[in-house]
Amino acid sequence: MKYLFEIVCVLLIIGIFVLTQVVGNQFYFFIGFVILQYMVLATAWNILGGYGGYVNFGSAGFLATGAYTSVALINFLDIGLVEQIIAGGAIAGLLGFVTGYLTLRLRGVYFAIATLALAIILETVVAHWDYVGGAAGTSILPKRKPELFDIMVVDRKTGIFANYKEFLFFLMGTVAIISVWIARYIENSKLGRGLNAIKDSEEAAECMGVPTLRLKLIATTISGAMMGVAGAPLASYLTFIDPLSAFNLEYAVNAIAMPMIGGTVSWMGPVIGALLLGTAQQVSSLWIQSELNLLIVGVLLVIFVIIAPEGIVGWFRKSRKGSRG
Amino acid sequence: MSDPLLRIEGVSKHFGGFTALNNVTTHVNPGERFGLIGPNGSGKTTMINCVSGLLRNEEGKIIFDGKDVTDLKPHKRTGAGIARSFQIPRPFHTMSVIENLMIPAEFVGHHRGEKTDDRAEAMEILETMGMADKAEDPTTDLTQIELRKLELARAMAAKPKLLISDEAMAGLTGQEVDEVIDILFKMNERGITIIMIEHIMRAVMRFSQRIICLDAGQLIAEGTPEEIVKDKGVERAYLGSTDDG
Amino acid sequence: MAIFIDLLLNALVIGILLGGFYAALSIGLSITFGLLDVVNIAHPTLLILGAFIAFFLNSTWGIDPVLAGLIATPLFFAIGWVIYQIYYNAFEKSGAESLRGLAFFFGLLFIIEVGLIIQFGVDHRLVEAWYIGESANIVIGSEIDVAIPYRLLVAFVVAVAATLAIQVYLTRTFFGRAVRAVAQDMMALRLMGVDPIKVKRIAFAMGVATAGIGGALMIIVLPIEPSVGRLYIGNVFAIVVLGGLGSISGTLLAAIIIGIAESIVATFFGPSWSPAVSFGILLAVLALRPEGLFGKTAGAH
Repeated sequence: MKYLFEIVCVLLIIGIFVLTQVVGNQFYFFIGFVILQYMVLATAWNILGGYGGYVNFGSAGFLATGAYTSVALINFLDIGLVEQIIAGGAIAGLLGFVTGYLTLRLRGVYFAIATLALAIILETVVAHWDYVGGAAGTSILPKRKPELFDIMVVDRKTGIFANYKEFLFFLMGTVAIISVWIARYIENSKLGRGLNAIKDSEEAAECMGVPTLRLKLIATTISGAMMGVAGAPLASYLTFIDPLSAFNLEYAVNAIAMPMIGGTVSWMGPVIGALLLGTAQQVSSLWIQSELNLLIVGVLLVIFVIIAPEGIVGWFRKSRKGSRG
Repeated sequence: MSDPLLRIEGVSKHFGGFTALNNVTTHVNPGERFGLIGPNGSGKTTMINCVSGLLRNEEGKIIFDGKDVTDLKPHKRTGAGIARSFQIPRPFHTMSVIENLMIPAEFVGHHRGEKTDDRAEAMEILETMGMADKAEDPTTDLTQIELRKLELARAMAAKPKLLISDEAMAGLTGQEVDEVIDILFKMNERGITIIMIEHIMRAVMRFSQRIICLDAGQLIAEGTPEEIVKDKGVERAYLGSTDDG
Repeated sequence: MAIFIDLLLNALVIGILLGGFYAALSIGLSITFGLLDVVNIAHPTLLILGAFIAFFLNSTWGIDPVLAGLIATPLFFAIGWVIYQIYYNAFEKSGAESLRGLAFFFGLLFIIEVGLIIQFGVDHRLVEAWYIGESANIVIGSEIDVAIPYRLLVAFVVAVAATLAIQVYLTRTFFGRAVRAVAQDMMALRLMGVDPIKVKRIAFAMGVATAGIGGALMIIVLPIEPSVGRLYIGNVFAIVVLGGLGSISGTLLAAIIIGIAESIVATFFGPSWSPAVSFGILLAVLALRPEGLFGKTAGAH
């Protein structure tokens, strides 16, 4: 069936909506949001890193760009969440394009280092920008009784969602599914095949007719935009934001670890990685120190890149192939 | 005689203070089998990098098929009809053999607005190479000669007018060399112009209709294989300038 | 005006001293990344590990931090040896270094950083020695007073000595020349009967070994907490790239340029802007002049 995947996507979005209506325990939405956010981040990272072979160490910078775009726009225009997500994606996408334009003519490692540099410069700038709270951070009060096309979205009695946690969970779930759909679409498209060729040998790709610079710029822009989208609702979710939480190291490391552990060759890799690692981290953070949690992620990342470079997906495919022949 | 397919006009290339190519002028005719020889470091690879666009020459012009391609990026030149193989094979190693051919087929073919059955064409190219049975294999399983053939096959999938074969035979056995030469002859019979860069003299002499020889970035000789063999300058370049010969 | 000159002179002097200190932090990376082409982004975090070892030795037994750095050097040599062995077997041998190699070093960086947080917490730590806290003052006229903190002076002297020693070693000894040959022509080395992998392994271990002394200097100069390592990634990569990959004297010069730039920005705009300076310079260099100011190309493809 041609549109099976799309139908599953729509069903999943409906399913997420139903969950927000029937599940009463807010805690699930609270941790579910984080896992879905990681899914978007890991999927975004993988479009450039997994398909194109360009490592982005500055994922937290792109995510924070989305978050702080929201904060600035809330302060300036008092706009709603959906608009924040669109704006955050646009600005972070622009940032991705500019970063790519400045550094993609160089060898891949310089792109990696440049993205790291970018995240730290942005953090320094934001820490000095008092309008969005500076280093001390700022509180974000969610809009009371937000409306979208004259429909009450969040209200205990008359809204579609009884509270913000449910609304945020639904939004992030929708974003995650659309992101995965985009990643899968790219993977099976000319763009995806071109990026794969670039990953394998950039010179050979260019000499075989692949417009390498253009494809890489498209990838940095899409990847950056998706990270910005993942970050845009962060301020509303935390109701408080400061540079430390927006530029958190957890984002940078998970954005790499999740696809690497899940498998970078397929859209399924980041999804599996985010579900496994994200859930494990969220659940274990209840009784394990969060640093120890991160240490485990780091160790897993190193072990996987050494012994299972194809990740869980690749490992699974290999064992299936092995049993067939 | 019709107009040349490729004209190299006064091309120079410098790396810092080092002159890799010094004011080289030559041309390649349509349908020709053209040999490019010279000792190590004489500028052969630099020259074909300038032709394929991986390097940008500071001086001079490169005219292909009547168009000035000097400022075009490599992928645009491939689109215009220049395809090359690499001396050290650079397969797309995460793909299968046929997927390797599909990349140029998709990116060059569609670019020209041609809509043909890419896969069937790729299979046909593999068949002429005797590699049809390897189509679905991962490139990591290929032997050295198969990797060389893949380089040529992938370049062919770009449907070139000009094919540049960069030392496709280095390190192969005598029999394998003959096999590769046969393949190149076959392609030439289909009307594809071929530039062969080669260290194996026997191969270049047998294959080429016309040969140029570079030494220290200068064009020192041009002629038929017979003329090149007799050329004193070429002999000196290969035996070293200390030899008074 | 006199105040401005006073500030500027102070900033310049501090900048030069800081630059020497930065050279010591970058020299190891100049070898591992510049010469050997191994993108060891964990280098700054290894420096932090060195700083904490110096802190541990100093706070437990009162060992002088410079001496502690020297004591830790063989340990770092061994760490470097092991890291390269894993890196070579897992990535370099199969030619799959780029993506996975980077992720490997990133993971390493992360493990060391989080490990230090778990062991020592996130508080800033410092060491004690007679030269910490004092400074020499050079007074010119009534309004100009240039202060030279001894802690920076000690770091500068040790750093420059270590940098020069490595420079001499790389240019004057057979092994040093072999290391530089690895960077250019592996084949030639094989023909000379030298195993390039062995040369690379020892050279990489040497590069990492500098983290022992470099880390000690770090905690002499300023209080350290585990996560500042990442801030130094900008510094050290900016210096190595600006200095021209693998050029030791270029590294020293670039370090002093960055040191002065940071010091001037810190003096006139506030120290919290410092991290942006080196990263900004790094981005500018990558975008505009990837071959660095003093050396060979950083390699556009």
